Amino acid sequence: MNRVFLRLFKAIDAAGDWYDRQRGDGFALYGLVFTLFVVAIVLGLFTYVSIAGFPRLGTRFFTGFASRIPEQAGILPAFLGTLWVMALVFLISFPLGVAAGIHLERYVSQRRLARLLEVNITNLAGIPSIVYGLLGLQFFVRGLALGESILAASLTLSMMVLPLVIVATREALRMVPGSVTEAAYALGATKWQTIWYHALPLAFPGIISGVLLAVTRAIGEAAPLLVIGAVAFVPFVPASVFDYFTVLPVQIFFWATKPQSSFLINASAAILVLLALTLLLNLLAVRIRERWHKRIES
Amino acid sequence: MRRPAEKLIEGLLGLSSLFTLLLTFTVIGVLMYNAWGFFEVIGLGEFLTGTRWTPFFENPAFGMWPLLTGTLLTALIAMFTALPLGLLISIYLSEYANATWRNVARPALDLLSAIPTVVYGFLALVFVTPALQYFFPALERFNALSPGLVMGFMILPIITSISEDAMRAVPANLREAAFAMGASRWQVAWRVVLPSAFNGVTAAVILAFSRALGETMIVSIAAGQQPQLTFNPSVAIQTASSYIIQISLGDVDRSGLEYKTIFAVGLGLFLLTFALNNLSYWLRARFKQQQR
Repeated sequence: MNRVFLRLFKAIDAAGDWYDRQRGDGFALYGLVFTLFVVAIVLGLFTYVSIAGFPRLGTRFFTGFASRIPEQAGILPAFLGTLWVMALVFLISFPLGVAAGIHLERYVSQRRLARLLEVNITNLAGIPSIVYGLLGLQFFVRGLALGESILAASLTLSMMVLPLVIVATREALRMVPGSVTEAAYALGATKWQTIWYHALPLAFPGIISGVLLAVTRAIGEAAPLLVIGAVAFVPFVPASVFDYFTVLPVQIFFWATKPQSSFLINASAAILVLLALTLLLNLLAVRIRERWHKRIES
Repeated sequence: MRRPAEKLIEGLLGLSSLFTLLLTFTVIGVLMYNAWGFFEVIGLGEFLTGTRWTPFFENPAFGMWPLLTGTLLTALIAMFTALPLGLLISIYLSEYANATWRNVARPALDLLSAIPTVVYGFLALVFVTPALQYFFPALERFNALSPGLVMGFMILPIITSISEDAMRAVPANLREAAFAMGASRWQVAWRVVLPSAFNGVTAAVILAFSRALGETMIVSIAAGQQPQLTFNPSVAIQTASSYIIQISLGDVDRSGLEYKTIFAVGLGLFLLTFALNNLSYWLRARFKQQQR
């Protein structure tokens, strides 16, 4: 087995070297081809989904409820559910994550405690999303008796994306120049005054960009919500956080797993809506971050 | 008056930090508590050594091996897709590409991880599986191959971004020394940069593998719901995560044994990914130390 690997390594080594010596840096061409290959596959799949789903995108699709007839089925409850979850995850994970991030970055002075907290957050980030679903099922749905509600779903997803918010907050605070902090201290500001009036305003766009990415991640998740009890059929417009719910990814899952193939058109159309939403949020986050980088580095 | 207020704020910040520790303990506690109820009835021995997973049969059997092989099989297929592709792309981006092109390619690759996994699952079922069936007619409608391949694309950005960072962190003087000896760019990348960045790259690969093990939606949609002790990629299987989904979708008595099984399976999945994540974290920490 080892000899096989050794042979393979040597072969790859020789091949790459040969390409490079044939023409200056010949492998560059192949690297480009591999990268473009991945991009092409992804673009191809998007085109496929777009062509399949686009005809279904009409007013009926956006204002309709789930239905046994694919042509009449719509995403209204799922879309509103996603908006609910988006807002609640933002409201829950933002204060909690930012507070923990500030504490970790500026207050924890013992090295061992800092290390423990850091390892712990890395571990939280690595827990599979479905395990967060099990946490939500036992703790929020049953333990706190929130039931299979929008609130339980949002709390579960907030726990899942909390590490992302904390890490983003820490990175943003680290980008604030040390001179700003030192100047504030020199003028007699207390630690918290320095953070609140000087560091946080400078770091804020970076933090917001991180929270937006976290929310994007949350609205794309289906697995934990299926575990805590998202349902296939919501016959009303969700009006409170205690209503039972469905969201776009869950709706896509139920449509994709139906045996009738005409529901696949619905799934494609819902995917287009979900992708538009996630890509929009992603783009927004990236733009905010880029502008902030330019400002803070100047 | 400022001081007590500041103490209060500091305390609140500390509490939110403490909350993250509590969260970990709650996750472990919830899993252990319910899994305990399961192991009291079934016994750890049968779970760890049994080769049949038939929870719905008249005489149910709860051996974890079929779920474990299913989980490993799809994750390994994903790795076989993502590892060569990811390695070549990160060598290219770190050693060959110019800054402009790299700044286009990196965000484009990162977008792959922003796509919701349910979308990948859909694509695996309605596009990749039929396409593969065209070449391998023996492939079942639900199989491990197609979700595995698609999952490979999902974890690709994890491999490319972390290992590219690791390769770029290799000091320039190592490269220059090799170039001075007449090495080609590829030899520099393959014989100098890659070995120096080995810990970083391995950390990326392990993290990607751990992500693949826990991935749920792709396998739930496209890999089927048949727990089988097999490494045959062309038949329907079941992974640990998709078993949890299957039970969650059904009407399960919430004080019964079936409800507890998903926590036992979840605990197994948690322990596996926990070990891998920490290995990856440790390797990355060591890599950073070496570079200093």
